Amino acid sequence: MSGTARIERRRNVQLRLGVNGEDTEVSFAPYKTLLELLREDLGLTGTKHGCELGECGACAVLIDGEPQLACLKLAIECEGCSVETIEGLARGKELHPLQAAFADHGGSQCGYCTPGVIMTAKGLLDHEPEPSRERIREATAGILCRCTGYQQIVDAIEHAAAELRGERK
Amino acid sequence: MSAPQKRLEVVGRSRRRVDARAKVLGQLRFADDLVLPRMLHAKLLRSPHPHAVIESLDASRARSHPGVHLVLTGRDFPVPFGIMPVSQDEYPLAPERVRYVGDPVAAVIARDEQTAGEALELIEVKYRALPTIATPEEALAHPETRIHDYGEQGNIHRNQAYEFGDVEDALANADHVFEDLFFYEGNTHLPMEQQASLAAIDGEGKLLLSSSTQNPHYLHRQLAQVLQIPAAQIRVIACPNGGGFGGKCDPGGHEFVVCKAALLLGRPVKIGLTRQEVFYVHRGRHPVLMKLRTGVSRDGRLTAMHLQTLLDGGAYGSHGPASTFYTGVLTPVTYELPRFKFEACRVFTNKPACGPKRGHGTPQPRFGQEVQLDKIAEKLRLDPAKLRLNMVTKPGSLTASWLRVGTTGLAECIRKAVEISGWKAKHRKLPPGRGVGIACSTYMCGAGVSIYWNKMPHSGVQLLVDRSGQVTVFCGSTEIGQGSDDVLAAIVAEVLGVDTGVVRCVTGDTGLTPVDLGSYSSRVTIMMGNAAMQAAERMREQIAGSVCETLGTTPERVAFSQGRVFAAEDPGKGMSFAEAVAITEAKLGTLSTVGSYTPPKPPGKYKGGGVGPSPAYSFSACVVAVEVDEKTGWIHVPKIWIAHDIGRAINPVLARGQVIGGVYMGLGEALMEEQVFRRLPPKLSAALVHRIPSMLDYKSLTALDMPEVEVALIEDPDPNCPFGAKEVGQGPLLPVMPAVANAIYDAVGVRIDELPITPDKVLAALELKAQGKTPRIGPARFPEVPYPKPMFVLPPWEGGDGNESKMPRPLGVAAS
Ligand code: FES
Ligand code: FES
Repeated sequence: MSGTARIERRRNVQLRLGVNGEDTEVSFAPYKTLLELLREDLGLTGTKHGCELGECGACAVLIDGEPQLACLKLAIECEGCSVETIEGLARGKELHPLQAAFADHGGSQCGYCTPGVIMTAKGLLDHEPEPSRERIREATAGILCRCTGYQQIVDAIEHAAAELRGERK
Repeated sequence: MSAPQKRLEVVGRSRRRVDARAKVLGQLRFADDLVLPRMLHAKLLRSPHPHAVIESLDASRARSHPGVHLVLTGRDFPVPFGIMPVSQDEYPLAPERVRYVGDPVAAVIARDEQTAGEALELIEVKYRALPTIATPEEALAHPETRIHDYGEQGNIHRNQAYEFGDVEDALANADHVFEDLFFYEGNTHLPMEQQASLAAIDGEGKLLLSSSTQNPHYLHRQLAQVLQIPAAQIRVIACPNGGGFGGKCDPGGHEFVVCKAALLLGRPVKIGLTRQEVFYVHRGRHPVLMKLRTGVSRDGRLTAMHLQTLLDGGAYGSHGPASTFYTGVLTPVTYELPRFKFEACRVFTNKPACGPKRGHGTPQPRFGQEVQLDKIAEKLRLDPAKLRLNMVTKPGSLTASWLRVGTTGLAECIRKAVEISGWKAKHRKLPPGRGVGIACSTYMCGAGVSIYWNKMPHSGVQLLVDRSGQVTVFCGSTEIGQGSDDVLAAIVAEVLGVDTGVVRCVTGDTGLTPVDLGSYSSRVTIMMGNAAMQAAERMREQIAGSVCETLGTTPERVAFSQGRVFAAEDPGKGMSFAEAVAITEAKLGTLSTVGSYTPPKPPGKYKGGGVGPSPAYSFSACVVAVEVDEKTGWIHVPKIWIAHDIGRAINPVLARGQVIGGVYMGLGEALMEEQVFRRLPPKLSAALVHRIPSMLDYKSLTALDMPEVEVALIEDPDPNCPFGAKEVGQGPLLPVMPAVANAIYDAVGVRIDELPITPDKVLAALELKAQGKTPRIGPARFPEVPYPKPMFVLPPWEGGDGNESKMPRPLGVAAS
């Protein structure tokens, strides 16, 4: 790559997108991924990374309602998108039912995979309010967790689903 | 305890852990989430050679690259480090020699990661390749290619040999002697969080390192040594770890690099390792080759065991001397074993250093022992569960090696696992292709000695309360996801009769908190917990003594419960906890108490007898069900049952989570996890490279692969432990691998004596079976290892006193 190309690559670009329901305008280096944009330029460090290669699922966020890996998405591709991250889930002080269930049922041990798995679960429950345990396992299989053995993650998502359907479990 | 015994209100109840809220909100700050003004970024240049001399290193082009602030090389770090005092063999940046692909040689500090990465490519390093050592066999066969110039001899880092009673004599007199070889492939921790560190100079000119470390105290000491500045000028904050599993116990080269850079530049410097680098840093499970010769009586009791291990240590010492011990020392804790001999040897190879991973050194021999027991049961036509049940060690007994077995729930664990799994209706009774296997294990509740020799406490806690009613507890312990902050809060809350919500934990900060040795060896609940209990009881005594008059009772009759302090005989007569503190503060002044914990002296007095003793041992028994497809060798695990003797669960939902998480990691090790290397085609290079420095290729279980686990917690409180609570972080991993191997035998009649057990190995064994050959896949030979003459110690029941014995052998009689 020539020197000029490098300087060009460094020149910031402008982007407008929705982040957790707020219109956001940001200027950033064009080589950045959505993950880097969120963490470094918007200060939303709740979204984690475990590989930055699309292998671990820690960086999952919702883009226009669909779970996607933020490390595989170039930020400039997100013009006009609506992005939801873990920071946007709670209502005021009140935890989202998924967050509460993860906290109460052991779904989060070290907590590092938690944002990615909660966002993925939200993507699932938004479309399928009553998934089976097997379906929950399938939908979250792209997110590695080294702590929980997944069982309490599945428990937590089941509880949250029941709560969201209005049947407290 | 002076106060009236009350029902437990916090301990033993499932609660939302104290740090859960921050975690589910994405608010918890891991090391890489930290940002400081004027922060610079570091990146490391790593060796592409497994073994080479650095002939020259030219960083001039990198130094003049725009945006680069500093380039560091081996010259900037004249002092070596190593987690163990006896293995100071590593440099933050290798000065003249690299020993594995990934050994760091230079660091660039630049305005951003991108620039630092560009500048790395401008550093010119000339290497002269040296012959490489790929395996322990090669290491033993080629002592002339020395990877280090210290150690026992050639490439042997550590040799250990102990004999407790005359083992050869006992084997000669045994009804049966079983001899088996096993191999356990290495694997890695794969924490989801990649290591990250941020160094800064604080307003007072002191160095502040925030890092993903499990052991801030040991790191603190090592920083002082390598950077050659007084420890009092350094503060280490252990950020919450995004999983550790032992992988963040050793100081890392990157931690010294950012500190040095911050000191030189006066600006904050951060580094975040890439996933590939995490594979290079490793310090994971040692590949271990094992030979077990075990004497057994006709009725299925062990008479003696001779265990030999050979560990592939990788390129550096790390925790190696301890790892080597651990491939032997815990073997006799589960079952009565009258005589025991173990010989262990760790060699250097040109691969990333191995170190402590969950279970540290013990899963490998446990795998061998528990699979061998299955073979013994088969041969003697005994039920493998019953065989084990008949010989569990007795509570309070000593092992041949002088370890004190405290409380043990192993018998209860076996009974429970048998019951909930329906073992009796399944073992040897399921249709072909399906099977169940059982295995047991034990683990320490904290190592009895510190990593460096000293007589100080292993854990200290300071407690502060004030008139607001808030309780702040300070401890150097480190939250790595296991729930240590929650244990700390729960113990203090229980003693003071308050909710965990009023307890603030300040942990893992060498600038603020009393020393705790760290999150390793399953020591935190026991050691931190006992220290916390002492501090909290002292606080309760002060408050009780101050308010008893107001309550019209004696100090012993003051009760603390549900945020109130009252007279036990008249609960109506009382006050809030905050009011009680205010009265006490008025009487005694500012209130603070401390507590500390030092483990009891071990009964074994022989040299080396400090490794293995623990204040208590946890026990587990596990039954695994498998389905094996005889056409493809595919192994499906539909269900796992496990009973774990935890003494008492402080927070059952977390305890169960630890058990299931341990089972998960064990199942991964049993079926797929392996950190393996290959040589490149010789015409390309002589390099010995990681086959799999990525998460796609390093296979681990996903949510879809993981079966449901049924957990039974066996609670028999241990008097050495806070509220009786033993460890749960490591023990439940240990029985899983042998239980899987045993289940596969039950299903298809083949023995896979090496891990991981992959479909190709099962198929190969089935092929042997079809040909009428011994249906076994596993190591065929054990190399000549120059073990030293063992230290001889008489077992307690043969008249020993715990010292090395001068008594000439043989005694001439077999142990009964
Ligand atoms: S960071 Fe691992 S998938 Fe994105
Ligand atoms: S909770 Fe630690 S990785 Fe999932």
